[in-house]
Amino acid sequence: MAERMLMKGNEALAEAAIRAGCHYFFGYPITPQNEIPEYMSRHLPEVGGVYLQAESEVASINMVFGGAGTGKRVMTSSSSPGISLMAEGISYVAGAELPCVIMNIVRGGPGLGGILPAQSDYFQATKGGGHGDYRLLVLAPSTLQEGVDLTMLAFELAEKYRNPVMLLGDGFMGQMMEAVEFKECPIKESSKPEEWAIGYMGQRGKRALVKSLYLDPEELEQHNHKLHRKYEAMAQNEVRYESYQMEDAEIVLTAYGTTARIARSAIINLREEGIPVGMIRPITLFPFPYAPFDALPKSVKNVLVVEMSMGQMIDDVKIGVGKDIPISFFGRCGGIAPSVKEIEDQIRKIAG
Amino acid sequence: MSEVKIFERPKSMYDVITHYCPGCTHGVAHRIVAEVIDELGIQERTFGVAPVGCSVFLYNYINTDMYEAAHGRAPAVASAAKRVRPEMIGFTYQGDGDLASIGMAEIVHAANRGEHITVIFINNAIYGMTGGQMAPTTLLQQKATTCPFGRDPGVNGYPLRVSEMLATLAAPGYIARACVAKPKYVPKAKAAVRKAFQTQIDGKGFSMVELLSTCPTNWGMRPVDAADWVEEKMIPYYPLGEFKVPDGEVKG
Repeated sequence: MAERMLMKGNEALAEAAIRAGCHYFFGYPITPQNEIPEYMSRHLPEVGGVYLQAESEVASINMVFGGAGTGKRVMTSSSSPGISLMAEGISYVAGAELPCVIMNIVRGGPGLGGILPAQSDYFQATKGGGHGDYRLLVLAPSTLQEGVDLTMLAFELAEKYRNPVMLLGDGFMGQMMEAVEFKECPIKESSKPEEWAIGYMGQRGKRALVKSLYLDPEELEQHNHKLHRKYEAMAQNEVRYESYQMEDAEIVLTAYGTTARIARSAIINLREEGIPVGMIRPITLFPFPYAPFDALPKSVKNVLVVEMSMGQMIDDVKIGVGKDIPISFFGRCGGIAPSVKEIEDQIRKIAG
Repeated sequence: MSEVKIFERPKSMYDVITHYCPGCTHGVAHRIVAEVIDELGIQERTFGVAPVGCSVFLYNYINTDMYEAAHGRAPAVASAAKRVRPEMIGFTYQGDGDLASIGMAEIVHAANRGEHITVIFINNAIYGMTGGQMAPTTLLQQKATTCPFGRDPGVNGYPLRVSEMLATLAAPGYIARACVAKPKYVPKAKAAVRKAFQTQIDGKGFSMVELLSTCPTNWGMRPVDAADWVEEKMIPYYPLGEFKVPDGEVKG
């Protein structure tokens, strides 16, 4: 039987990464994710790994670039302003097709913003952040258990596609405590580092070249097409979402992460009142689960998007739903989560 | 008598024509690095990190595992690669804009952590690739496209002496400045580069060699005049020599 432990979110994510075979961590302190690097600095030496505190997030992500170029499992973690500083490096990692995991324990912005939880980095995570045509595979857990499971999956997907994977959490998830179970993580070395990573020149008979520079426009266009095919394959194979109480739903609530967890409580209460509410909870934010929104049950009359932001995921929901069903939005931000009651009131208003 | 070959292309160098301008000394510096890699027999376990700047195409000339890093970040890339694969030999090759301006944080902290990497720092007192803008190492009164009336310390501060600055740190094992602008300086430059790689092989910490180099195109000089300018203007401000040597050794 798998171990069940009561852990703080950030520490559970760090432990999951170590169990997934990630023995190299490069990072810089920022609230509310400090328990991740702290945990790594205590426990990576136990597995013969390396924890290295960088001089900045700029350096952290470039250390990830260097570490990932060896083909070993590497990661960094940060929170919103730190991820902004990493944006350049993330673009290079994606351009050079390096596998790595980046955790973003999101806090409120813009600018220095605050240190409390938010979901206002959805655009940054899913639509770019850095320059150029690249995509991150973005996983958004809703509970600590799912955070642990998705962390393990993140390393596998990073290697499968040789692409950076972002685990998008929020300050609640990082700071709360919950019982989690660590399943056996089969470590599939799917990226075949001996074919592309540094350190295999003798064995391969040819050196490795880790780069994102293609000055020849034809070559760069080809490179972009190659990357794009990967993103299409992700959209084909990696879409993950949860449907909750959708069979007879007339109102569909959609939310991800901690917000989805709060929304679930609201749905349970509203169902008792007899209001037919269901939920679509995206788990992958890129690739976004457009299909369930495109194929909503005929019973659906309204869609409500709830986020801890001023409305970012709503754009993707609109693409999925189209124009036939009205979509409304409720958001809290600045470090404030919507309460169960607030969400219930929104739904009651829609239900008339 | 049989023919004896006394000079050939280093094995670690590709047989290609470089993109460098006439009179540029990047080629000399590249060759020194390649010769040292050959002599130490480390080609298959060496990785290099190319910068952003004229030497961005270092990977087209040196035949070892190679990264192409973001502008200024080569020391961070090399630090991590070396930590993950400590049995490898890692070097960065960086210009003055890359290392002394945008990458100042990365170079100082890599040196201060005593990362077991070797840095080849090309100081030609100007931005080459982007077309001759002022660098942190541009000399006072020297003209550049972004200081057309000459570098004014009241506006732009003073030329940075990176080797002297890094030599104040406790962790570095070897820091030296040499010159590749004229043949007479090359043997010492090569000895310094070799010592820097040897410092890494011996596990004696961070090593860096600053190489004073020419940029005739952006200085607006003929190659011969550029070589003289290094000697007459740069060396007096950037003195040659060893600033830090591994414990127990004597500075040369």
